[in-house]
Amino acid sequence: MSLQLSSHRSSNPPEMTLRQRIWQINWTFTLLIALVGSIGVGMLYSAAGGNIDPWADRQLARLSFGLIIMLTVAVTDIRVWLRYAYVLYGIALFLLIVVEIAGDIGMGARRWLVVGGLSIQPSEMMKITILLALARYFYSSRLEDMGRITHLLVPGVMILAPALLVLRQPDLGTATILLVSGVTMLFLAGARAWMFIVGALGVIVAVVPIWRYVLHDYQKARLVTFMNPEHDPLGTGYHIMQSKIALGSGGIFGKGFLEGSQSHLSFLPEKHTDFIFTMLAEEFGLVGGLILLGVYLLILLFGFIIALRCRNQFGRLLAMGFVMSFFFMAFVNIAMVMGVVPVVGMPLPLISYGGTSMLTLLFGFGLLMCVYVHRDVRLGPGAADANP
Amino acid sequence: MQRDTDQYYSFTRRSALLFGGQIVLLSGLAARMYYLQVIEADRYRMLAEDNRINFKLLAPRRGRIVDRFGRPMAINQQNYRVLLTPENTKDVEKTLDTLATIIPINDKERQKILRDIKRRRRFLPMIVRENLEWEKVARIEVNAPSLPGISIDVGESRYYPDGILTAPVLGYVSGVAETEQTGDPLLELPGFRIGKSGIEKTLDVPLRGRGGTSQVEVNAFGREIRELERVEGQPGAEARLTIDLELQKFVAERMGEDSSSAVVIDIHSGDILAMGSTPSFDPNAFNRGLTAEEWRTLSTNPRTPLNNKAIAGMYAPGSTFKMVVALAALERGLITPATRISCGGKVSLGDATFHCWKSKGGHGNLDLLGGIMNSCDLYFYEVARRVGIDRISQMAERFGLGMMLDIELPGEKKGLMPTRAWKKSHKGAAWTQGETMISGIGQGYMLVTPLQLAVMTARLSNGGRAVKPRLTNAVVAFDGTELPAPPQPEFEDLGISPSHLEVVLKGMAGVTNLPGGTAFKARIKDPAFAMAGKTGSVQVRRISKLERETRVLKNEELPWHERDHALFVGFAPVHEPRYACAVVVEHGGGGSTTAAPIARDILIEVQRRDQSPSTELNVPRRPEGEG
Repeated sequence: MSLQLSSHRSSNPPEMTLRQRIWQINWTFTLLIALVGSIGVGMLYSAAGGNIDPWADRQLARLSFGLIIMLTVAVTDIRVWLRYAYVLYGIALFLLIVVEIAGDIGMGARRWLVVGGLSIQPSEMMKITILLALARYFYSSRLEDMGRITHLLVPGVMILAPALLVLRQPDLGTATILLVSGVTMLFLAGARAWMFIVGALGVIVAVVPIWRYVLHDYQKARLVTFMNPEHDPLGTGYHIMQSKIALGSGGIFGKGFLEGSQSHLSFLPEKHTDFIFTMLAEEFGLVGGLILLGVYLLILLFGFIIALRCRNQFGRLLAMGFVMSFFFMAFVNIAMVMGVVPVVGMPLPLISYGGTSMLTLLFGFGLLMCVYVHRDVRLGPGAADANP
Repeated sequence: MQRDTDQYYSFTRRSALLFGGQIVLLSGLAARMYYLQVIEADRYRMLAEDNRINFKLLAPRRGRIVDRFGRPMAINQQNYRVLLTPENTKDVEKTLDTLATIIPINDKERQKILRDIKRRRRFLPMIVRENLEWEKVARIEVNAPSLPGISIDVGESRYYPDGILTAPVLGYVSGVAETEQTGDPLLELPGFRIGKSGIEKTLDVPLRGRGGTSQVEVNAFGREIRELERVEGQPGAEARLTIDLELQKFVAERMGEDSSSAVVIDIHSGDILAMGSTPSFDPNAFNRGLTAEEWRTLSTNPRTPLNNKAIAGMYAPGSTFKMVVALAALERGLITPATRISCGGKVSLGDATFHCWKSKGGHGNLDLLGGIMNSCDLYFYEVARRVGIDRISQMAERFGLGMMLDIELPGEKKGLMPTRAWKKSHKGAAWTQGETMISGIGQGYMLVTPLQLAVMTARLSNGGRAVKPRLTNAVVAFDGTELPAPPQPEFEDLGISPSHLEVVLKGMAGVTNLPGGTAFKARIKDPAFAMAGKTGSVQVRRISKLERETRVLKNEELPWHERDHALFVGFAPVHEPRYACAVVVEHGGGGSTTAAPIARDILIEVQRRDQSPSTELNVPRRPEGEG
């Protein structure tokens, strides 16, 4: 670990200059993220049959652009993010409502908003802004406050409103991420254990009406298929079955770069997006898959240490919330392609082809890095309103 | 401050819990990966191969059939096909319009093509037309730029250069019927042909060869990406027949369109040099696929073109049987060559009257030689009466009559040689002496095939050895090794006294060479080629007593199906026999007038072809006319 846990132990440092902040950026972590992104570019090169067109070149451009955004976010004063947390959340929620009313139909679901030729996916924005908003709400909460249900009503609405809007789009994957992020924030902020038990029971009770009135048929089919994919190998189970065949046939050392027969012969669906992990595991085998898992774990460890090392509650919540969100995406995607969880539209973070997802993630990593840069800054209850 | 610390501890505890949970879940993923990629790897590897590899059978090239000199009788011809790959054209209709200016495509075909396109994958080529003439192929190639999606493909199809002339021997090939499937995947190949009759059927398996396989990698949509492995099959073996193609063509052409058959056999080896059966059929039409109309015409024709009459036509032998009756009596010592019998035109037995063919006046007093030469019926009524039916049939079977000869053709018929026991068990009645007498002139129950008659003549003229007919010289595998054939047995001696044979042969020589012989008019005048033979005319109707008393109708006055069958058996050259020939013309009238001239021309041709090439050039011989 190259994290400098021992530096800057001073009680309350004065204002940091931009130069100081840039100096504080953790370049090892930055390289690690760039490395995972590059693995993605390499896999997209293979997915196109050894061509940089049509995916690898664009992904590389997005990765570069995203890394710049990440660094920019990282050196921005953390109090800016604290102050505008609600505003950003509000904008995202507003856009979600707009999408619900007037969104373009894309991929059979309303997810995209086209503003002057630029496609925006408000649900992706919400993934980050919900962390900001909840961190802002809880950063000044005392542990005693967390025992009161009334104190948790507002964040409850803040979580459920966007989650339900996204679920209606319908985007089960993102809705789940929002819920998991929200619950994680409640947990980290110190909500009582009994609340989670009651909440869990509530969810179980809510399942029936959700199954009946909210979920679309294809979402239900995916859940049913998950239970027994081999029962219906030509229908919805086909994707899972083909993914397992491609992955399993990779063996220990894989078939070699560009040699994944199942992927290249199109037996593997969506090999450049949701099922890109399968292609990686087919071409590089168990060894390649474990290395990627290891790199992910390393990223999570960095995030965990950054959260623990941070001296302000806002940064801690934000950091750990994002770590959990990142973990959840990676876990669900990999578990999905191996037939452990149902197929939900969930990209493999930093690797799957997709511009919005890449930029969202790197924005999130920028916030994580920002927390690291400002790890010794103390933020009192009034910090949100003070001038940064 | 204390509050901050509490909050920090709480956060740290809960974060650690989450992070621990993440490690556990990621380990779970690693375990799952290990399970799929190590423990279950073999299963998935197999499924993956199943996914991507298609096995294709490659049809082997069917073996050729050649004559005794290696001249091709059945070959494989390039079959040009027009293929349409819908994927390669933007506008199928327009492509078809342009194609229709070169090869006519009617509305029905067009509808079918358009319908099939919708059902099939767009990258799979479909056959628009087969068996294209070269000129059309050239025109399509030239117009290729305006025919997107159209390509020419070369397949192979069976071709018989001499078509109907060789069809009775070779048979034909055509598609495999549902009931002919044996589980051999080769037979399930679309467009695969198997032998349906003739040599094509008998030697079908060696001619077929062995199919090869090709492993093709396909993608999820079934498109072929590349060939991974190819195991070449084995082309079929070449069948070398005993047939002399030129003679075969001569025979078939000489027989014309009469319903007739002819067999030419080498009397020492049993080699069938030619086998004709008319009318014949065009085997190339079967390969192309017959229309229902064509099939109906062929199968309902009363002259049975699909039936090889040389092996499956059964006729009473008539007077050609008399040599056998004579030998049966001679061998038993019941007559001698000098035995004389008087012919007055008819003889009575109980209520029945038996007529000689020369019923007006009769032949007078004849010895055996005269009996054969004149084919006197009365003489043989008497000889048969003395010998008895069982001994006659026994002798006939020694000469191959009423016996399976195991010729290498499907559909060979056994014929029938009646005995007392046979009549008892089949007709439930006792054999009568009248029936014995009728049998003496080769009529009554007995049935023989032209092939049997040829074999009989061969056995008579080769010194009494039991020669067996054969059609296959050798079957040679594609790499030149000969397939094991059953060893050619030394033909056993029939054990008939040479002097008795000599008498009979002398009588046959008289038939064609002495004035008064029944076929003297059809003799071969060149003494080097001279033949011996025996005529036969077989009544197929009953001549009523009334007709007998007024005037027996001449054959020309009868409807075709009531006329006599005309038969002739012969061999040549008479001084050193080498070839035997049997000719049967259904409802041809008299053996001497219809069958004998055909046999004569055939025997001249077979001997002429036997000469050295120089002789062949110096002595161009036309079949000698009867005058």
